[in-house]
Amino acid sequence: MDLSIGLFVFMLATFVGLEVIRKVSPLLHTPLMSLTNAISAISVVGAILITGAHGATMLSKILGFVAITSAVTNIVSGFLITDRMLKMFKKREEKK
Amino acid sequence: MAPHPHPGIYLYIVSAALFILSLKWMNTPSTARRGVFAGEIGMVIAIVATVVVNHIFNWEWIIAAFFIGTAVGIPIAYIMPMTAVPQRTALSHACGALAAALVGTAEYYRSNYLHEPLQTFAMVALVLETLLGFLTFTGSLMAMGKLQEVLPQRPITYRNQNAVNFTLFAIAAALGVRLIFVPSDTWIFPIYAGLALVFGVLLIIPIGGADMPTVIALLNSYAGLSACAMGFALGNNLLVVAGALDGSSGLILSIIMCKAMNRSFTNVLFGAFGQIQTSHAQTQQRSYRSASAEEAASILESASSVIIVPGYGLAVAQAQHKIRELYDSLMRRGVDVKFAIHPVAGRMPGHMNVLLAEADIPYDRLWEMDDINGEFAQCDVALVIGANDVTNPAARTDKSSPIYGMPILDVDKARTVMVIKRSMNPGFAGIDNDLYYMDKTLMLFGDAKAFVTELIKELPAKVGA
Repeated sequence: MDLSIGLFVFMLATFVGLEVIRKVSPLLHTPLMSLTNAISAISVVGAILITGAHGATMLSKILGFVAITSAVTNIVSGFLITDRMLKMFKKREEKK
Repeated sequence: MAPHPHPGIYLYIVSAALFILSLKWMNTPSTARRGVFAGEIGMVIAIVATVVVNHIFNWEWIIAAFFIGTAVGIPIAYIMPMTAVPQRTALSHACGALAAALVGTAEYYRSNYLHEPLQTFAMVALVLETLLGFLTFTGSLMAMGKLQEVLPQRPITYRNQNAVNFTLFAIAAALGVRLIFVPSDTWIFPIYAGLALVFGVLLIIPIGGADMPTVIALLNSYAGLSACAMGFALGNNLLVVAGALDGSSGLILSIIMCKAMNRSFTNVLFGAFGQIQTSHAQTQQRSYRSASAEEAASILESASSVIIVPGYGLAVAQAQHKIRELYDSLMRRGVDVKFAIHPVAGRMPGHMNVLLAEADIPYDRLWEMDDINGEFAQCDVALVIGANDVTNPAARTDKSSPIYGMPILDVDKARTVMVIKRSMNPGFAGIDNDLYYMDKTLMLFGDAKAFVTELIKELPAKVGA
């Protein structure tokens, strides 16, 4: 990868991140954190590439295996618990 | 490791866009669940694109890892009580950071094994990735231990702590630089990784339990940045984007937490937080007024507006559901009830909102500090439950107070203040709260849950009268 392109992407993504996150209601900061956690478990992609590389050594396979397991745990539990929390946020029903 | 020019690679762009949308939709509760869905789709697309674009071998390892990860992840998501969400978050920071660190380690040994030295910039990224990954791994486990109360809550300090930490960090940095220039020195790597692991522990032990919200947010940022560094090392822009999003999210949350506790950000970066010297509370007797549940109930009933100030003590006493009953009962009597949420109420950013939402309190009744502070002056009763320092007027007035300058809820401006508290003992920070000695303050002594239960019992008795 071209380093300058990578840094460009990083710079732009950071600014987008800062702008988008600043608008998140403080009400939802806990679910936000579990959601970003799940999203950053995108490192599963790197872990798959390492484990699945042609001629990966035993060391690579073992480290990659643990990495995929951790990342998938984060993906599954992160998205599910975020949704579980968000389901609890209800508006007042207009009655009584 | 550079992906082959395969059209499937464009799927990564879709995936990155979905992640950004996912966070954007988190801005209000009405679209937030859509945000989760977008994130899930983005993740599935990313994984599919990865296996389509690259020639993947060793499927048995990958599928087994997916299976185990899913089998572990589902129960964590559904069994974890809401009070334990901060611990789970710390655990998942640890898992995410571990994944990044291990991928970096594997990549390092792979390039040496194949005698294909990495480019210098990829090596810089790899060194950063493993440093942040390993230190966040142990640091998050320590934070989790503190939150779970397996480890002592109070800061563990020793002489020359900062000097020791700094020396260790300097050695790690020197080894890291050496690795960048001479990647073939494989004996250095385990020492480097070991130092990063130890450093993560040392970074967190001097931090007190009350500062965990900041620590969690900061570790969140580190975990994101390590994923980002992995993106640079592997030449994968999707990882860079997702890592940068996570990193900036953690950064913003930790800045918010710092502001809410009146700490400077540099203070946090150097890990010196939690070292506020607690001044010993003056032991002189000061007079205060206390009231019974019956008296308190009659004041609440005749009020037209009540603001409840919940603190973590409320969650410790498992009183959320009783608070909801109190809320219902007062609202039925035409009393306007609102909740004032301080940013550090709870153990992580936004934690108190989740705890109250779980008890079915509508979220439009939960008010942030800045939005509600102006309303205390017009409110009849401010009811403080399980909160202490965040209501202490000394933060506004007393320059000698250790919490001076910290933004607080202006509870003291309400017409009547009621505080449910076990005793007059000062709270966690050991600072006496002037609020308790004001003429308009009524102290309600007892366990939060038990006292609120009594309040509810007193209320219906008066409805027919």
